[in-house]
Amino acid sequence: MNTIKFTLICLLVGAAVFVGGHLFGVGYLFFAGYTILQFVVLASAWNILGGYCGYVNFGSAAFFGLGAYTTVFFYKFFPLPIPLLIVIAAIVCGVVGFGMGYLTLRLRGAFFAIATLAMAVVLQTLVVNWDYVGGSRGAYIVRDEMIPIFGYSIEYIEYLFLLMMAVSIIAIVISRTIARTQLGFGFASIRDDELAAEATGVPTLRLKLIATTLSGALMGMAGAPFPYYIGYLQPASAFGLEYGVNSIAMPIIGGTTSWVGPLVGALLLGSLQQIATVTISSAVNLLIVGLLLVAFVVIAPNGLVGLVQERLKAWRRK
Amino acid sequence: MSPLLHVSNISKRFGGFVALDGIELEVQQGERLGLIGPNGSGKSTLVNCICGTLQNEQGEVHFDGAAMDGLAAHQRTHRGLARTFQLPRPFHSMTLADNIRIPMLFTAHKRSGPLHADSVDARCVELLRLVGLHDKARQMPRDLTQVEMRKLELARAVAAEPKLLIADESMAGLSHSEIDDILALLRQLNERGITIILIEHIMSAVMSFSQRLAVLVTGKKIADGKPEDVVRNPEVVRAYLGE
Amino acid sequence: MDVQLELLINAVVAGLLLGGFYAAVTAGVSISFGMLDIVNIAHPAFIILGSYVAYIVNIQFGVDPIVISIVMLPAFYLLGTAIYQIYYQSFERRGQESLRGLAFFFGLLFVTEVTLILTFGVDYRYVEASYIGPSLHLGSIDFPLRMLVPCVTALIMFGALQLFVTRSFTGRAIMAVSQDQLALQLMAADPIRIKRIAFGISIATTAIAGALLIIIQPVEPSVGREYIGRVFAICVLGGLGSLPGTLIAAMLLGVMESITATFYGPSWAPAVSFGFLLLTLAFRPAGLFGR
Repeated sequence: MNTIKFTLICLLVGAAVFVGGHLFGVGYLFFAGYTILQFVVLASAWNILGGYCGYVNFGSAAFFGLGAYTTVFFYKFFPLPIPLLIVIAAIVCGVVGFGMGYLTLRLRGAFFAIATLAMAVVLQTLVVNWDYVGGSRGAYIVRDEMIPIFGYSIEYIEYLFLLMMAVSIIAIVISRTIARTQLGFGFASIRDDELAAEATGVPTLRLKLIATTLSGALMGMAGAPFPYYIGYLQPASAFGLEYGVNSIAMPIIGGTTSWVGPLVGALLLGSLQQIATVTISSAVNLLIVGLLLVAFVVIAPNGLVGLVQERLKAWRRK
Repeated sequence: MSPLLHVSNISKRFGGFVALDGIELEVQQGERLGLIGPNGSGKSTLVNCICGTLQNEQGEVHFDGAAMDGLAAHQRTHRGLARTFQLPRPFHSMTLADNIRIPMLFTAHKRSGPLHADSVDARCVELLRLVGLHDKARQMPRDLTQVEMRKLELARAVAAEPKLLIADESMAGLSHSEIDDILALLRQLNERGITIILIEHIMSAVMSFSQRLAVLVTGKKIADGKPEDVVRNPEVVRAYLGE
Repeated sequence: MDVQLELLINAVVAGLLLGGFYAAVTAGVSISFGMLDIVNIAHPAFIILGSYVAYIVNIQFGVDPIVISIVMLPAFYLLGTAIYQIYYQSFERRGQESLRGLAFFFGLLFVTEVTLILTFGVDYRYVEASYIGPSLHLGSIDFPLRMLVPCVTALIMFGALQLFVTRSFTGRAIMAVSQDQLALQLMAADPIRIKRIAFGISIATTAIAGALLIIIQPVEPSVGREYIGRVFAICVLGGLGSLPGTLIAAMLLGVMESITATFYGPSWAPAVSFGFLLLTLAFRPAGLFGR
């Protein structure tokens, strides 16, 4: 199925979900759905660098938080419509992703991972000390109750949900397209054996930089609407470690070798966390994520998608 | 005619350890050069320096009339330098055909122009047929025997359409007939115009294949000339060939 | 003495004392990352675990935290060997350490931290000991005992490790396995067993480091996160696998952080270690004293 058809199908599904939710009028589902879609973006974005290329990024929170704070900056400086903010966040985070890649991609995988963690903390510290965007006191974002779209008036949260749905579709389409093109092959060769890839003519540094830039940009896009979603933004919540853990756990649990894995992981784990947060507590849901991550990494390294593929192979042989 | 490859005064250290000490080497277009020496003498380090996997501290590498210094390994491959690895390094998550596809996609087009999707597929199969692996095109590297992995390594290097191929101990641990297979393949490639540097421990193979022989011992080149002369060189006998 | 100079000297002294403590914290990672090539990013979580263990026993029975940690050494050692066994079976044997190993330890870090939050909550905990409070004074230079005692203990532990690694057979086997696993096998020593022992020791050090931590400062579960960057920064800066290098790097970082906190405020302190780590990785990954 070519990319255009796939994109259209995604758009249809997305529209159907939205219209369904709107008609049934369950407000909470849009709040929960927004969070889950956010994770779809983060997981897919992480997987481009982590699953496809094999470079583990612990600093997803950095790009997410940077995207969020770009919005806060413009909110205070010169308010802009959110779609434009998403684009700006993509550019800012893409550039930062490129810079981070340039500094660290010459390092072995383990060093790279640690460097990403370091970057996340440095960024967070910079933001905490930057009073213009509120620093550690936080920043308030006031938003409207309703917003007009194509003549209809919808709840603000529905608007945010639509935007995040659009960003999710972009993330998924990009993930899938990469996997089917020469770029995807190049990424896979880097993951399998970077030395051999370089020796066979793959421009490894250039491809890795593409991966970090793209990954960073997408994560920033996920973060851009967040201040409007949450209303009051603090560095601790924007740069929270839960974004880092989930970005890693969801692709690993779902399966890192294809674009489907992060989607499955995000939908399942995201929903599970929403349920846990509501029924038990938010700390417990993080514990569940951590335990599942450890369990899957040890027992089912190819994730749920991998398990399903093995089932299918075994069934076909019969 | 100027040599295809000119290695001048190459030196490489790892901390306090001198791996290569002032190596001078020339290889002519179309030549079959054998490179021998004890383990740890620096043969693989030399290959790594020539191909750009490692950067030499001193000296220069000239290939096909151009200086290679500062060029990354993939850039040197684009210019026609290919090598196999001593321990085969296949792309383990891809089929054999896809392993061959990588250098086709990323290197071959640089040398012979853009490729059609169909012709890429056809060429992959053709290359696998060259090494006798075409019926395993859809299998994974982990299903291969040692010999087959070595052949895959060679096929992958050839897929980059090199001018110079460095075969790094492709025959270690193989049986007589398997060695003959690889030698025949290398000869075939040489007849097509590919210059070959053969790095090996198996003297019979080296002697029958090489037009010229160079010997590396503890980072220094101690002999370079006709194979029958080199093997009689007393220093070579002492350092490597034994009593 | 001029106030600025006095402030500076005290900052440097505090930094050196802190650096000694940081060396104890990093010693374990020097072994697991420097010698075994295992990126145990969960190391700080075990330190916090050590802190809480010291806390519980101290509160219940009033025993000195350092004594508690020494008693707990075998338990932490066993924990370390168990974790290595899982790590080896699941990843090292299959050659997949990079992505999955990292994710594994990241998950462990998380699980440990969240479990501690669920068990103890997020309040700061601290221990009671006779040397928390008083200070030695040398002229206008202060040596707070709550920093001095941990520093001295840390140096002792560090010295013991260095002796072990250079003098004992097992210790030298550990150094050997980090350099040439094949050679070790040929000498009929089992590299897996050696690595297991080494990793066990690495985790055992966290028992002591944890007790020292809770003497120096009150502890709550997320304190560990600050130490991830510090620990790897020191390890990389000191040159992987070099214990003396680690000590010097730890002192250096301690002094830098102390001076930053004194003159620019404590909120910039995390940026110092992490920023330093980034710079080192970007420009001199072999560290100052690299092998």
